Amino acid sequence: MDAELLSRLQFAFTISFHIIFPSFTIGLASYLAVLEGLWLWRRQDVYLTLYRYWIKIFALSFGMGVVSGIVMSYQFGTNWGPFSDKTGPVLGPLLGYEVLTAFFLEAGFLGVMLFGMNRVGKRLHFLATVLVAAGTLISTFWILSANSWMQTPAGYIIRDGQFVPADWWAVVFNPSFPYRLVHMVLAAYLTTAFVVGAVGAYHLLRDRANEAAAVMFSMAMWMATLVAPLQILAGDFHGLNTLEHQPAKIAAVEGHWETQRGAPLILFGIPDAEEERTKFEVAIPKLGSLVLTHDLNGEVRGLKSWPKDERPNSLIIFWSFRIMAGIGLLMALTGLLSLVLRIKGRLDSTAWFHRLAMLMGPTGFIAVIAGWVTTEVGRQPYLVYGLMRISEGRSPIAAPALAGSLLSFVIVYCVVFGAGILYVFRLMREAPSPADPGIDPHQPHRASHASGHAAAEAS
Amino acid sequence: MSFDLAFIWFGIIAFAVLLYVIMDGFDLGVGILFPFIKKERNRDVMTNTIAPVWDGNETWLVLGGGGLFAVFPLAYSVALTALYAPLIAMLLALVFRGVAFEFRFKDPAHKPFWNFAFAGGSAVATFSQGIVLGALVQGIQVEGRLYAGGWFDWLTPFSVFCGLSLLIGYALLGAAWLVIKTDGELQARCFDLIVPLACGVLLAIGVVSLWTPILNADIARRWFSWPNIAYFSPVPVLVMLTAVALFRAVLKRQEFQPFVYALVLFILSYIGLGISLFPNIVPPDITYLEAAAPPESLTFLLVGASVLLPVILAYTAYSYWVFRGKVRGDEGYH
Repeated sequence: MDAELLSRLQFAFTISFHIIFPSFTIGLASYLAVLEGLWLWRRQDVYLTLYRYWIKIFALSFGMGVVSGIVMSYQFGTNWGPFSDKTGPVLGPLLGYEVLTAFFLEAGFLGVMLFGMNRVGKRLHFLATVLVAAGTLISTFWILSANSWMQTPAGYIIRDGQFVPADWWAVVFNPSFPYRLVHMVLAAYLTTAFVVGAVGAYHLLRDRANEAAAVMFSMAMWMATLVAPLQILAGDFHGLNTLEHQPAKIAAVEGHWETQRGAPLILFGIPDAEEERTKFEVAIPKLGSLVLTHDLNGEVRGLKSWPKDERPNSLIIFWSFRIMAGIGLLMALTGLLSLVLRIKGRLDSTAWFHRLAMLMGPTGFIAVIAGWVTTEVGRQPYLVYGLMRISEGRSPIAAPALAGSLLSFVIVYCVVFGAGILYVFRLMREAPSPADPGIDPHQPHRASHASGHAAAEAS
Repeated sequence: MSFDLAFIWFGIIAFAVLLYVIMDGFDLGVGILFPFIKKERNRDVMTNTIAPVWDGNETWLVLGGGGLFAVFPLAYSVALTALYAPLIAMLLALVFRGVAFEFRFKDPAHKPFWNFAFAGGSAVATFSQGIVLGALVQGIQVEGRLYAGGWFDWLTPFSVFCGLSLLIGYALLGAAWLVIKTDGELQARCFDLIVPLACGVLLAIGVVSLWTPILNADIARRWFSWPNIAYFSPVPVLVMLTAVALFRAVLKRQEFQPFVYALVLFILSYIGLGISLFPNIVPPDITYLEAAAPPESLTFLLVGASVLLPVILAYTAYSYWVFRGKVRGDEGYH
């Protein structure tokens, strides 16, 4: 394999593994803040039970997100040196602000959040939880701004071969950023909601009387009911924005090769780059134009209108997009069903629906990865859209070195995160219980302090 | 204007790296000391002393990396490419040790494995950082704006020696930290460890101080020409005085002072390194001025950093304050 492909595979592998954790912890941090807030406000112990239950899972997941994230912050330089040199003046400060406003905030208050419940007052502890949650959202803000700038660069001039910022507001709030940010935050919230829902459903199937399980299930299904339709709307806006700024990506997603008026909406098919057509297509006439241009006879550009070396891989993103969108529809459907059952008063007692919710548990992760594959593969062959190709951004590292590092990443990640995910499942298998102090008293616990049992409650 | 901005940023990055070295230094050191402390109960106490703070400590490493990307992109690009293998090793090692904090407790059946991951990860990360430092001091070959050296340029007797030196150095910081945070048998053991570790650190400082000017004539001139030698000679003298104070503090069984003196040793070594390398950011060819991002970028980030860094330091200090005091075993639970 050539060095460029190896570097791309390594980045794809490490970032795909990384995104699993933030897309869960962004939502979970906010959920924990809501739980602790409800506990302080309503003084119902069930919220504390849930807080203690989920914070253990949060601690594990967050740790994995941190260590897989540190890798990302160095890979721009190790593998994409010339890219870093040329875009550093624009992208570097965005990531710098991410570190200063988000990573330190999260790390600074994570210790208090995890281990400090008996060391600081309740309000201060709540503040720590809120700050950690805010940190995850601020981090999302900056990293999506940076990614969006690579998709829809704005506010820059080119000086001595470097991208130099001319207007920071235009850089940060580049044309695709607001859409991408909303889409990603909602995706993270939905991912978390469906995990929480699946865990709640699992414990309701085992014990219908478990109050904490019922509460988490109900909260998760409210999120599905309310947020999944919003996400479909946000996704539609994001798609129209992409059509405006990256029409080749949309053509590849739709499997359109010819530029035409009254284009069909291709539901299924196999886009074939060699023959420049989509085989075996199942299509609805004119609907494609209607969706993309809001006009039955609107003109839609096909892939053939771009030179071959500027076309993204249609086969991949045609399907990754459909996986993402299909899951989105299933999520909205689940939310709708839950609303019907809720109105009938049977949300806690409908076993088939609990099984469905369990099946839906991991779908958020699949949708997030499929969505990112769509947007990232869809901007090929560019690092900075329309301006800098992948081949221009690669570090001069030889293929054997890259093969060695890629292999090491695959092995280490599979061992470490495989074990971590197993431990998360183990925690999820335990039923939430008011008697659970947050730790196993027979196990030596890390947060043991001078005050003897003071920190027994912490995590 | 641009000169001043770049200089300020050089200072900020240097400060971030120093904070990283001393803060993650002591918590990596705790991991390095794992093989020397046999009892599981004591090892639990050791990880408990750093569990609430290690994540914050490691964030300074991200600031070092992200900061370089933002304000010295050329240095970020060239140095990280040149140091590919040791950096990847460091990142993978940090993955192992970072997850081991949680995993050790979550999976008693595989605790020996995660103990090994914690100790081994800490040691490999430290050793890699030492190699990175050594390879930088030796110099990195550059053509145009690209790394032009070979794939094993970083591997030399000097860089390996720096790796070993840093292992001893971080272990010293770790032992001194544990003296503050623990008591009884574990604390006594750490007091005992400080003396040989400090001797090792002094030896390492001496060898590196002699080896560096031999490797590099410019550095030799910087230190040994008149009047520089007069300005810089306090550095080695202070190292000797600090070492004496450190040994006295250990003999008197003082709890805080050994850590402080160990920090002073690190800071003095760091100043010495700065004297050797300034104004290069990627020795021997790239100065911080050449590597600096345009003033638009430097200003934009500096506005935020000048407000946020003091705030960050304040809440970091607060977090350490919340978790002050001795960490003891789990006698409260049995």
